[in-house]
Amino acid sequence: MFSGFPLFPERASTVAGEVDALYFFLVGLSAFFALLIAGMVLFFAIRYRRRSPSERPQAVHGSLALELTWTLIPLGIVVFIFIWSAQVFFGMSRVPKNPMEINVVGKRWMWKVQHLTGQREINELHIPVGVPVKLTLTSEDVIHSFYVPAFRVKKDALPGRYAATWFQATKPGRYHLFCAEYCGTKHSGMIGWVTAMEPAEFQAWLAGGAPGVVPAVAGERLFHELNCVTCHQADAGARGPDLAGLFGSTVRLQGGGTVVADELYIRESIVTPTAKVVEGYQPIMPTFTGMVSEDQILSLLAYIQSLKAPETKAAPPPAAGALDPKAQDVTKP
Amino acid sequence: MSANELPKKNYLNADYGVASWLLTKDHKRIAILYLISVTLMFALGGLFAAAIRLELLTPAGDLVSSEDYNKIFTMHGVIMVFFFLIPTVPAVLGNFLIPIMIGAKDLAFPRINLASWYMYMVGAILTLWAMVSGGLDTGWTFYTPYSTSYSNTQVVIVGVGVFIIGFSSIFTGLNFIVTIHKMRAPGLTWFRLPLFVWAHYATSIIMILGTPVIAVTILMVAAERLLHLGFFDPALGGDPVLFQHLFWFYSHPAVYIMILPAMGVISELVTCFSRKRIFGYPVVALSSLAIAFLGFLVWGHHMFVSGQSTYAGMIFSALSFLVAIPSAIKVFNWAATLYKGSVSWDTPMLYVFGFLGLFTIGGLTGLFLAALGLDVHVHDTYFVVAHFHYIMVGGVVMAYLGGIHFWWPKMTGRMYPEFWGRISAALIFVGFNLTFFPQFLVGYLGMPRRYHAYPDEFQVLNVMSSGGAAVLGLGYFLPLVYLIGSLWYGKVASANPWGAAGLEWQIPSPPPTENFAGQPVVTEEAYAYDTMPQEAFGG
Amino acid sequence: MASPTTGPRSLLAHHFADLGEQKDATTLGMWLFLAQEVMFFGGLFLVYTVYRFNFHDAFAAASHHLDVKLGAINTAVLIGSSLTMALAVHAAALGKRKQLVVFLLLTVLLGSAFLGVKVVEYADKYHHHLVPGPGFSGEALHLEGDRARQAEMYFSLYFGMTGLHALHMIVGIPILLALAVKGWRGAYSPEYNTPVEFTGLYWHFVDIVWIFLFPFLYLIH
Repeated sequence: MFSGFPLFPERASTVAGEVDALYFFLVGLSAFFALLIAGMVLFFAIRYRRRSPSERPQAVHGSLALELTWTLIPLGIVVFIFIWSAQVFFGMSRVPKNPMEINVVGKRWMWKVQHLTGQREINELHIPVGVPVKLTLTSEDVIHSFYVPAFRVKKDALPGRYAATWFQATKPGRYHLFCAEYCGTKHSGMIGWVTAMEPAEFQAWLAGGAPGVVPAVAGERLFHELNCVTCHQADAGARGPDLAGLFGSTVRLQGGGTVVADELYIRESIVTPTAKVVEGYQPIMPTFTGMVSEDQILSLLAYIQSLKAPETKAAPPPAAGALDPKAQDVTKP
Repeated sequence: MSANELPKKNYLNADYGVASWLLTKDHKRIAILYLISVTLMFALGGLFAAAIRLELLTPAGDLVSSEDYNKIFTMHGVIMVFFFLIPTVPAVLGNFLIPIMIGAKDLAFPRINLASWYMYMVGAILTLWAMVSGGLDTGWTFYTPYSTSYSNTQVVIVGVGVFIIGFSSIFTGLNFIVTIHKMRAPGLTWFRLPLFVWAHYATSIIMILGTPVIAVTILMVAAERLLHLGFFDPALGGDPVLFQHLFWFYSHPAVYIMILPAMGVISELVTCFSRKRIFGYPVVALSSLAIAFLGFLVWGHHMFVSGQSTYAGMIFSALSFLVAIPSAIKVFNWAATLYKGSVSWDTPMLYVFGFLGLFTIGGLTGLFLAALGLDVHVHDTYFVVAHFHYIMVGGVVMAYLGGIHFWWPKMTGRMYPEFWGRISAALIFVGFNLTFFPQFLVGYLGMPRRYHAYPDEFQVLNVMSSGGAAVLGLGYFLPLVYLIGSLWYGKVASANPWGAAGLEWQIPSPPPTENFAGQPVVTEEAYAYDTMPQEAFGG
Repeated sequence: MASPTTGPRSLLAHHFADLGEQKDATTLGMWLFLAQEVMFFGGLFLVYTVYRFNFHDAFAAASHHLDVKLGAINTAVLIGSSLTMALAVHAAALGKRKQLVVFLLLTVLLGSAFLGVKVVEYADKYHHHLVPGPGFSGEALHLEGDRARQAEMYFSLYFGMTGLHALHMIVGIPILLALAVKGWRGAYSPEYNTPVEFTGLYWHFVDIVWIFLFPFLYLIH
């Protein structure tokens, strides 16, 4: 009935040790202070217990020295913990260079995983050990939270936003994946497994099974299916800006101002196209809210990221217009 | 008045009939109305807790369906937070004692006081109505966009209930502040006030400045559901994290609304049962204000993994560590008060010992959660559940029960049975630790909160927790029985059965409607046990 | 024990020592109530500011649709009503019965005029399908799709904030009328005029909320 009785979670990522060190320090500190207080209280309560109902002890008013002691010492301790814990947090927040990237979409009540190599998984995540893995998290509906206790990693997946987190597994194994933010009926069923494998094994896993379509390719297909291509193309007089080399560039907006074309900006431009219109174009693109899933947007993003800017700018300047399917019918010859 | 009969005329028998209670403007009677209401709500919330612990005995979700489980833990949270923990100490003990402690005949606005009880009842009835007509499954936190666009339960009705009870709380706070400012007896300067009064003053500030924000936020959630607006739903252009900011701007300070009055109770008890002045009076008094102030600046520590910027996280983390300091100072001062005292082990003092132990653990584990790198792992796990139960149940409820036992003779004119009092205090302490300590462990293991079913390896700790909950439940049930029984069979209490300082002990038990025969004048600091006449301690 | 030395005894609640203490207490209570109101509206202003920043263009387009002229007239009307209210408080303090009633009624009149203009404005929004909800359409603003939705958010906040403000006035007007009736019967004197004074505080607060709402909603583009 009881399958094992662990009191401590497995430690399987590079940050897990740091988190645990902080934890043990705090456990020790707490034990010390809890015993100190309990000891003081019990000692005084016994030593000075009431021996006769008419006792009237002398007054003790207080002591500035003592007050300062138990203000400044705890203050010093919490400053120390703050600095330490902030350092650990910074390490968790800063994604190492050249990580393996994986997209994860939370949807009631499952985790949908999209590898950049095309593999798709649900409630399973296969990763190699020894390689930093960066997750781009978003949600299809409500707020979820991606949580792998063995890695000491947790990050909310918010609808309409991209959140990034990373980890580097240190030993092969199967680890729990939980949703930690309450998301409705089957919240406790929104669980799965992270399988960490030796790199060679992971390559074998990648090779085996039917790989799906690489996101960038899937995105390219969508780009045509949704007729994005009719307006967004490298063609003079096009109705929408060309997307080659867009990712990571700085875009000038109508009405002044600029924005860096990151994932969130491109996502916003798909679901709420008129929020930020590129200078020189009309806000004629229709919204794609409800027409594309978060998966598909991530594929489109992968495709757009794959579009490199032309080597020379001699070619006609960016073109293409809005993606309005109806408008496009009209303009078709 | 003879020692073994109740005073002929007191607030309880000044008038008879249901109307004399339901239309009363006497703060003491209103306190009794609150006492009955919050006790009923506590019992109801406790039943939901029992259902949760029963379900979690086994890893599979086999006792109730997921839908029902979600409704059960939501109702447990909503009832315990809004209808028990927030009002309990201020509305029962504060209402009864603040006017008496400062030598006044009543609160400044008796009608508003009565109105706030009615608002409490309307809020409670709406919530109970929602409970039987579909329930609520959003968690007490109402997180968007789940609450606004996905939940199929009675969010609007409960929202309106919470909105109304919010104003009940605002009016209580308003009444306290005005009363404390304007109606103190001659000679009762700020630094002669009992610390219970200081604590309620600090709490009232939070009630007035924090509660309106949650009221308007809940109003927006309701409007969003009814009219399909998009304040907080990203699919409609809104920002769900904005909701979290607004929600926690109130709901974190709300924790201090709960704990500050409890701390006030502890200051009264620890002095009386050690017959000592409080150690470091001004420090303890001002630390309440410091907690109220800093408490408004730490709400962001609920969002360390929600995608707020790293730097915002660091600021909120640093401020959260700071708010721990005034609480630590209080604990040290209480412990130091015992030094060279005459320490009694009567039931209220047992609750003080329990409070000091449990609140210390609750406070220290709060440091784990304020620590950024560590919070990432334990956020939204049972570690958090254990932590806030140590503060709210181990802290607030222990202090509340200690206070109820301490002032029971004053409120009812009867003594409770000391033997059973000590038994139940011990049961509660043991049961509480058995219930919630395993939750720290299972939380660090990674068990997320609000899980209906869980992996097998968490079972042993969950069974321990459920076993402890049974002991805890018994511990809570006993006082209910013997306190009610004492109304008929209890020994008649004298005006000052504990030999306690404080104006409330200088008037008969139970007090007359007007509290004082004349205007009392205060000439001394609080807790002047060393100068009290020897007769007060009896022989 | 102090006993009331001034004013008729019946005005003193049993639990206050004297009228001075009673008045001090009620004054503080009133200010605390207003502090609570500030936080209540503050929450709405915060949400408005966040979305104004996020959806700058749509909010600007939507706010252009508001009639600045009507808004300005209403601002003048409301400031006028604050003036008459202040005069009423002054009259009560001097015990001038007729003046008190006249100024109270003038305040009611101006307050009602404000609400009347608000009705005209609301009707215009209704007419142009700018009331948030299923019937909302961005056509009148020449906005479509997501921008229309952002404009709807603007109008949600517009109706929410001005509606709650109007609700405060709707609560205030019957109170003013009751004061006028009681004032006519001679209930207020230089010694006792607290209700007039507090209603004045309340009325000025409602006025100040509008002083913030007007630029936020009508003027900033």
